[in-house]
Amino acid sequence: MPSVVSVQGLRKVYGSTVAVDDVSFEVLEGEIFGLIGPNGAGKTTTMECTEGLRQPDRGTIRVLSKDPAKDADELQNRIGVQLQQAHLQKRIKVWEAVDLWASLYPQTVDGDALLERLGLDTKRDAWFMTLSGGQKQRLFIALALIHDPELVFLDELTTGLDPQARRTIWSLITDIRDQGKTVLLTTHLMEEAERLCDRVAIIEHGRVIEIDTPAALVRRHCPQRSVAFSTDWDGSTDTFQTIQGLDSVQRADRTYTLAGQGDDFVTEVIQCISQQSIRVTDFRTILPTLEDVFLELTGHGIRD
Amino acid sequence: MILRGFWKLTWIELKVFIREPLGLLATIGVPLIIFLLLGRSIGPRMDQAQRLTTFVQVTLPVFASMMMAFSAATSLISIISIYREGGILKRLKATPLSPQTILTAHVFLKLSLTAFTLGLLFLAGKRFYPIELETNLLSFTLALLLATTSILSLGFVIASAVPTARFAQPVAGAILYPLLAISGLFVPLDAFAPIWQNVAMLSPVTHAVSLLQGIWSGEPWSQQLLEVGALLANFTLCTAVSAKIFRWE
Repeated sequence: MPSVVSVQGLRKVYGSTVAVDDVSFEVLEGEIFGLIGPNGAGKTTTMECTEGLRQPDRGTIRVLSKDPAKDADELQNRIGVQLQQAHLQKRIKVWEAVDLWASLYPQTVDGDALLERLGLDTKRDAWFMTLSGGQKQRLFIALALIHDPELVFLDELTTGLDPQARRTIWSLITDIRDQGKTVLLTTHLMEEAERLCDRVAIIEHGRVIEIDTPAALVRRHCPQRSVAFSTDWDGSTDTFQTIQGLDSVQRADRTYTLAGQGDDFVTEVIQCISQQSIRVTDFRTILPTLEDVFLELTGHGIRD
Repeated sequence: MILRGFWKLTWIELKVFIREPLGLLATIGVPLIIFLLLGRSIGPRMDQAQRLTTFVQVTLPVFASMMMAFSAATSLISIISIYREGGILKRLKATPLSPQTILTAHVFLKLSLTAFTLGLLFLAGKRFYPIELETNLLSFTLALLLATTSILSLGFVIASAVPTARFAQPVAGAILYPLLAISGLFVPLDAFAPIWQNVAMLSPVTHAVSLLQGIWSGEPWSQQLLEVGALLANFTLCTAVSAKIFRWE
């Protein structure tokens, strides 16, 4: 698949602070690509250099085969941008914002249909200041999509939203991808990255430390999985030692937690339980997440 | 395309402005109220002293006009700093609108409102002011727009320099009002110590006041060349400085 965004050796310094040290990645056509990492890791700076809002100190950036620093005017018609923590005029109405943005581009989609798709049709006449956090973000998505761009940039789109608003936004972003557009987003929420992104680049201290699909990253760095079940059965933990790939068994009250590796591990546990005729009242598998990958790679949690 | 965006932005900014009652009162109400209240309270006592007559005939209309210019500048400064702090400028900058277009739309809107308020002041003055207004409205409007443009450019320098929106309005007031005090509007310039006279000569407010006094009193434009030149020079200088130091975020 052709590359839509290509960043090579990007570096950006503010005064004596190195915001982005050495970042390289490619975004392929039609995928949702996530830059993930803690706040201050350099995600937004990387994004703003890619959008053409900032001038890199070093490195090469190509967006749709153009240099965003030089061809900003042409690119602006082909990319859609949502900025982190942006605002509009407090008393601008939703339809006025959409109408203003529509007047800036040679070709646009129907604004009312777009608002309806984003669930904002009932808020057409509302002032910006009266919208909820989720509605504001959906309006910003509308403004990023009004000119039917090929590539959409979304920076920390769901930060500060409640879980339900977040889920609504996630499904909207998936829709954008399903229409054949490419999405480059940043997030510090690992759950969001895992749900949304086809591929992610983990950024820390201005450097990319890993790039792959979330599932591949989990397999590579956190192969261990756990099974936890509750039971009245009162046998010895030694019973489970025969299970292939078992690393550890823990028992807390009536709950046993078995950790191990290998694709067959969960099946082995189930077979063992069945052979021993253990009556299980609760059973769940615990798979490692991107959060665990991040912890494994950096030695600290993403919210530290 | 860009022109369409310019008009749309100006139109939306006008609507957004009208939806804020306090801003509307400050911009249109305050100059009108000062003009009419002071005019009507002093008018009847005009014959008692030449000072009062001059005040009603020239000082007060020019003062009300300077209030319009100041409220345009103060509101421009606070809008720009609020927009900057809220990321609105940055968001607009990520569209095909050029940064200059955005700022021009705001200046254009402020000038239009100033002209509108001046028109209201004339209309109300014809009806309620204690003396007849004989000034050429067109000439005076041009003079006020020139003065306002020059003071707005000083406003841009202030807007570029203030760190946060909270400081914008106080800083603007702290600079503009003292400049008005030494502008020669209320007290003749030669009453000040030489150093203040020098400051006054460098201030666009002084030249704005002098130009407005001249045109209001019916002097021809040919006598205002120094003032016009000074206001244009101030505009050029301030625009160049703010182009250098203006921050979008």
